[in-house]
Amino acid sequence: MAATYHQYEVVVVGGGGAGLMAALTLRGRDVAVLSKLYPVRSHTGTAQGGIGAALGNMEEDHWEWHMFDTVKGSDYLADQDAVEILAREAVETVLELEHWGLPFSRTPDGKIAQRPFGGHTREYGKAPVRRSCYAADRTGHMILQTLYQQCIRHQVKFFNEFLVLDLLIESGRVAGVVALSIADGSLHVFHAKAVLFATGGCGRIYQITSNAHALTGDGMAVAWRAGVPLEDMEFFQFHPTGIYRMGILITEGARGEGGKLINGRGERFMEKYAPTLLDLAPRDIISRSIYLELRQGHGIGGKGYVHLDLTHLSREVIEEKLPDITDFVRTYLGIDPVKEPIPVQPTAHYAMGGIPTDIWGRVVVDEKNRVLPGFYSAGEVACVSVHGANRLGTNSLVDILVFGRRAGRDLVRYVAENDFPPLPPRAEENAEQWVARLRAGRSGSAGRRTTVAELRDTLQREMMDKASVFRDEKLLAEMKEVVGELQQRYQEVTIQDRGRVFNTDLVEALELAFLLDCAQTVVAGALARQESRGAHSREDFPKRDDQNWLKHSLAYRTPSGQVELKYKSVSITRFQPQERKY
Amino acid sequence: MQVKLRVKRFDRERDREPYWAEYEVEAEATDRVLDLLHSVKWYQDGTLSFRRSCGHGICGSDAMLINGRNRLACKVLIKELGKRISVEPLRGFPVVKDLVVDQQAFFRKFESVQPYLVAEEPPPARERRQSPEARERFDDTTKCILCAACTTSCPSFWSNPNYLGPAAIVNAHRFLFDDRDAGQEARLQVLNQSDGVWRCRTIFNCVEACPRGIDITRAIGEVKKALLLRRT
Repeated sequence: MAATYHQYEVVVVGGGGAGLMAALTLRGRDVAVLSKLYPVRSHTGTAQGGIGAALGNMEEDHWEWHMFDTVKGSDYLADQDAVEILAREAVETVLELEHWGLPFSRTPDGKIAQRPFGGHTREYGKAPVRRSCYAADRTGHMILQTLYQQCIRHQVKFFNEFLVLDLLIESGRVAGVVALSIADGSLHVFHAKAVLFATGGCGRIYQITSNAHALTGDGMAVAWRAGVPLEDMEFFQFHPTGIYRMGILITEGARGEGGKLINGRGERFMEKYAPTLLDLAPRDIISRSIYLELRQGHGIGGKGYVHLDLTHLSREVIEEKLPDITDFVRTYLGIDPVKEPIPVQPTAHYAMGGIPTDIWGRVVVDEKNRVLPGFYSAGEVACVSVHGANRLGTNSLVDILVFGRRAGRDLVRYVAENDFPPLPPRAEENAEQWVARLRAGRSGSAGRRTTVAELRDTLQREMMDKASVFRDEKLLAEMKEVVGELQQRYQEVTIQDRGRVFNTDLVEALELAFLLDCAQTVVAGALARQESRGAHSREDFPKRDDQNWLKHSLAYRTPSGQVELKYKSVSITRFQPQERKY
Repeated sequence: MQVKLRVKRFDRERDREPYWAEYEVEAEATDRVLDLLHSVKWYQDGTLSFRRSCGHGICGSDAMLINGRNRLACKVLIKELGKRISVEPLRGFPVVKDLVVDQQAFFRKFESVQPYLVAEEPPPARERRQSPEARERFDDTTKCILCAACTTSCPSFWSNPNYLGPAAIVNAHRFLFDDRDAGQEARLQVLNQSDGVWRCRTIFNCVEACPRGIDITRAIGEVKKALLLRRT
């Protein structure tokens, strides 16, 4: 089957916040956006509590405080040159969104309203500060809508329901991508001067996750297979408050509005773990605290959850400031949060790691930050790194917009200075063979059918048990074996649907391969890193070890499909590492 | 509990006409219909196709006709429906495969109402001020997730596929009543066309269908009123 050929100066892969922001920055130019979903379905839309920016609308605030909080929150692993940009440009970014029409909630005098959020403080840690700019508890929805609306206005070209399968590199430059059109099963070669990956995270490697089904690490895995390293993959954030057993997110904004975490003994247990910030401590700390409480049998009724209690708040605050989560809780739990506490457990939420980039979204591929010409990345799929070992709430929305825009700006320069690179011969060959093999199927040992669901279920369950909030060498070594076995068995996967039109059986089989690659790099990084930092918590190495481990990991794929780890230094400009207490 | 799930299926590569497939699915009363569909797809019949992503009612991917009503499969629990559940694709759109419908025309109509802020003056250095009351004026219609449940529940749309439909009007409303917007005139012209807002016969199916609880008929009424006031 021949592939359809397209040519655009820039191809953006991913129609969430980062991809749309980049596309808008490139408006009027020769750009196409490929999106696995209709762009308005992207996961940016599920962000709830707000976007952090030191506007100072409610009380004194400064970008330097925001920068400090982000660096401290990252357990000093974030690159401080990048965090400085994040905190400074957050302010203009939020104002630009308002100018584009985003319906922020407002103060009585008509300014953008702000609320407290985990780890965001005044005067370098003294007390919580109101920094999160919000639109009720659907800030992400409003950001995604506003960006998409602007894309309509500027007639951005979209290829919807296209799944990226391969990154094309020729003579040391990126030359395009190969993608599958889900609607009709056809393959497409996109020849480009430059490619931006903004495909989001990989939360579906875990069983309990706040992440959409679509978050299967596509961009990370496709880049990795093309020889690009993945940075800091061992750092995966668990958000403390997912709805019990479902993992659906309950925003930190609920605690920003005054919600408390309570254990089975009726104690506000965060008093023990973070005496200053309490329930507004960063997510890694609260998730660990919940796990420790559960381990001591202090779950509610001895079960695997604690309570998020909003019942002391007024009905007006809950219904006006947190309407969506109120609706979720009523729908999925049959509970009225005005009257009853909400059962919550930590839920896999955010990949701090990803495709390494510099402060212009340019992908860098070694310890010396050598740029791979023509390749850009932004958003959760990327690792600038502004989040280091643990991201603060609200900073993911800042990240996608600030670095989506910076990537767009540098792309303007890059495409003006460069011609189209040649395409590799038979550009679609790898993707074509992969799809053909899955369609043809291959029976496993003893003719047993190996299904996508069976392998994915095992991966998700085992990752939850062996590589989530707490880790140790034994569990991680076991998990490495499990991933290896699953990758072997993937070679025998068969799908039932052999059709071409909207074959989601095929799509899920392709996505499973991406998930396995992501899990492999998470586990390899976690096994090697013999310290505890941010979201990576090793019970056999419970202390942070700046002497040996204040460095970013780079996971490369060897020709035999194994992980080879290298490390690169952290950029430290204003804030020297200190002990992290809240 | 055991649930009997009937799904209206159609694969244009194989089938001449749509048909009902039946599946027995083991489920909990608190499971979502989406969990049932996944259970079929993952453990019984991988050929079943449907869209979904976030799984909690925000992305708008999985609107479908469930026991005769337009719902999001991820936002309706088994306990609301009982042990016999039927699922069909949204009405009035071409079926691509099984529960997947072609939404291109739907999005073109959305785009036609100029669903973006039109500002006359260059923006100020800081944010534009907007009072909480002015912000509240269009709050309801900012909730739309473009799932198409409203438009495909509308008899006026079924009888005239060229009708803009409630979703597009809701998104026009979101800007018409935003005091920062200056694009009223152009937007009202689109709404005033023969296939525009006047096709609404206030049947209220859309309000019933909306998974976000938007008072759509009221929003449409406000748009009609804006047009009438403009004429006088």
